[in-house]
Amino acid sequence: MSAGAVLDIRGLGVDFLTPRGRVHALRDVSLQVPRGSVVGVVGESGSGKSTLILAALRLLPANALILGGEVVLDGEDVLRMSPAALRDLRGRKATMVFQDPSTSLNPVLTIGRQMIDIQYRDRVPTARKRDRAATMLRKVGIPDPATRLDNYPHEFSGGMRQRIAIAMALLCNPDLLIADEPTTALDVTMEAQIIHLLRQLKSEFHGSILFVSHNLGLIAELCDRVVILYAGAVAEEGSVHDLFHRPRHPYTQALLECDPARLAKVSRELPTIPGDVPDLLAAPVGCAFAPRCPKVFERCRREAPRLVADGDGHGAACHLVPAIASSRVGPRPSTGSGRGPPVEPVET
Amino acid sequence: MSPLLEIRDLRIRFRVAGPIRARLKGIDDPFLDAVLGVSFALKPGSTFGLVGESGSGKSTLARAIVGLVPVHSGAILFEGEEAKGGDSDFATRRRHIAMMFQDPVGSLSPRLTVRALITEPFLIHGKDGRDLDAEARRLLDMVGLPANFAGRYPHELSGGQARRIGVARALALAPKLIIADEPTAGLDVSVQGEILNLLVRLQRELGLAYLIITHNLAVIRHVSDELAIMYMGRFVEQGATRDIFENPAHPYTHGLLAAQPLPDPDRRRANVELQGEVPSLARRPKGCEFHTRCPRAIARCRVEIPLPSRLDAGRLVRCHAPLVAPIASTD
Ligand SMILES: Nc1ncnc2c1ncn2[C@@H]1O[C@H](COP(=O)(O)OP(=O)(O)O)[C@@H](O)[C@H]1O
Ligand SMILES: [Mg+2]
Repeated sequence: MSAGAVLDIRGLGVDFLTPRGRVHALRDVSLQVPRGSVVGVVGESGSGKSTLILAALRLLPANALILGGEVVLDGEDVLRMSPAALRDLRGRKATMVFQDPSTSLNPVLTIGRQMIDIQYRDRVPTARKRDRAATMLRKVGIPDPATRLDNYPHEFSGGMRQRIAIAMALLCNPDLLIADEPTTALDVTMEAQIIHLLRQLKSEFHGSILFVSHNLGLIAELCDRVVILYAGAVAEEGSVHDLFHRPRHPYTQALLECDPARLAKVSRELPTIPGDVPDLLAAPVGCAFAPRCPKVFERCRREAPRLVADGDGHGAACHLVPAIASSRVGPRPSTGSGRGPPVEPVET
Repeated sequence: MSPLLEIRDLRIRFRVAGPIRARLKGIDDPFLDAVLGVSFALKPGSTFGLVGESGSGKSTLARAIVGLVPVHSGAILFEGEEAKGGDSDFATRRRHIAMMFQDPVGSLSPRLTVRALITEPFLIHGKDGRDLDAEARRLLDMVGLPANFAGRYPHELSGGQARRIGVARALALAPKLIIADEPTAGLDVSVQGEILNLLVRLQRELGLAYLIITHNLAVIRHVSDELAIMYMGRFVEQGATRDIFENPAHPYTHGLLAAQPLPDPDRRRANVELQGEVPSLARRPKGCEFHTRCPRAIARCRVEIPLPSRLDAGRLVRCHAPLVAPIASTD
């Protein structure tokens, strides 16, 4: 799989040094973005989503410590790259869109100026760069782009600013677009438009997208593959279809059940996941989800499960999963309800 | 049952330009209407949901109900009585209506302890010889937090705990109505469920009424009895939550429902129903305000403001071409 991957992260570990101690933000995380696909990273807040993508572009803050692993982007080792090569990589091979579009826009420059400036590598006349900028603005749905190039960021609504941030990110035709919760600050109707836009742009540019969100609906809408993070480690990964229809990890199952948008019947009592996410000041012993898991058994508390993927690239880091996967001879056991018949733990 | 809260034909205007600037710049209407022609009633012990995009007037309406924003015309009645604007009127109203803000802890001082945060309403409205430590323990217990949380500071709280503190503070004066502005925005789904379940349990135990403001349709469907959809200051559709979800009558309601992503990759939306965004209140479109984005707009929509028409079961819709046939036009 790694041959066709734009981004290949293996065994990544990241700690943050804080006054309270070391926060073990990522532990042995691996993730691949196959060329031309959209990979979603899902997880609750604090699960390590932002840390993961910042590490992918080596944009981590100074108090972060990379413990090990590798990050390979377009065949190049990001963690061992020279500063010059890094700059080149960030602008050209991979670009980012953040939750808050102001992060990527300079408030005191017109957007035209900014869109021309980021094409500094191309030796073409400025007028040509300006045309390109206008074309890109039109693609992302900004009406009257040639005139709007002379406006400042504050003269646009939040939704429009996010479209402009996407246009800037795509101007240099990157191989990988990384988007961190790009629609969280927007209204639902604008969110739907942005997601639709990303899907359109993806097929038009044949690029790859790493899309980070805690919104399961958006992940289902946009992604080809999904990685579920829990407390700094990958709990499950697979095709979007497998993840939503055949989730294997009890955490994925619980997370899906909690989404009120999935409840067919109206209910005043909403499902929850009892307990709290672990404090990452101490690296969890055994499975990080064990204290909240409805299917926990003795082994989970002492031994961390490894993620085992099947031929379809679907895998879950759960001691029950090898048992489930290998017993799948006849009809598939129903998963997803979590309330189904209890699965007997099988020690291997 | 007589309503706890009744709003009659409410209009709230803001001045956008001073008289001199307006004259100089040739602005003939230096006001904009943030809330326009809004009427509804809230029964004791029930939940009313208010849904709309940002800038639709939801929060302004909420602030007017507690007297934080002056009313231009229309009436707000609490337990049948209208607060005429005297300070003492609002003091009683504010004692019975508690506001819960979006970020209840972040909006308050980071240097106050949880105890100080949740007992502050007693200091504002008179503590009548209460033991504030005992009150803090009682309130924390009501929202399912241990008593030792009283000594914590806001930055030591998780997102869900912070919301619980917001609920505790709202409960302090034993209100009859809690207005919750985006009570679960920014929370993870599992924590969101916990907070909503807490609100539902408190409603059952204390007979509270809620006005919940949100843009989250998936949530409001489960927790509200009645619902209003707001667009540019108007209620474009209002009625029983179940009816609206089963059979939206206004094209805007339909569009909002269609914009909600479904957590199922087999049911991806092929296209986007609602394009563009809400126009600025300073440039209110003529006729039906929604016609600029409406997929069903007809010539009449561009010139004539639709009046509310009555559908089955007390539902009202403001639309010349609703998706559900009306019975009659009101007034
Ligand atoms: N700059 C930082 N300093 C210290 N701790 C951090 C920093 N950034 C993130 N963390 C911690 O790392 C963990 C993962 O955080 P993050 O990657 O932001 O998660 P997510 O994006 O999924 O919400 C959390 O425990 C968080 O508190
Ligand atoms: Mg994040």
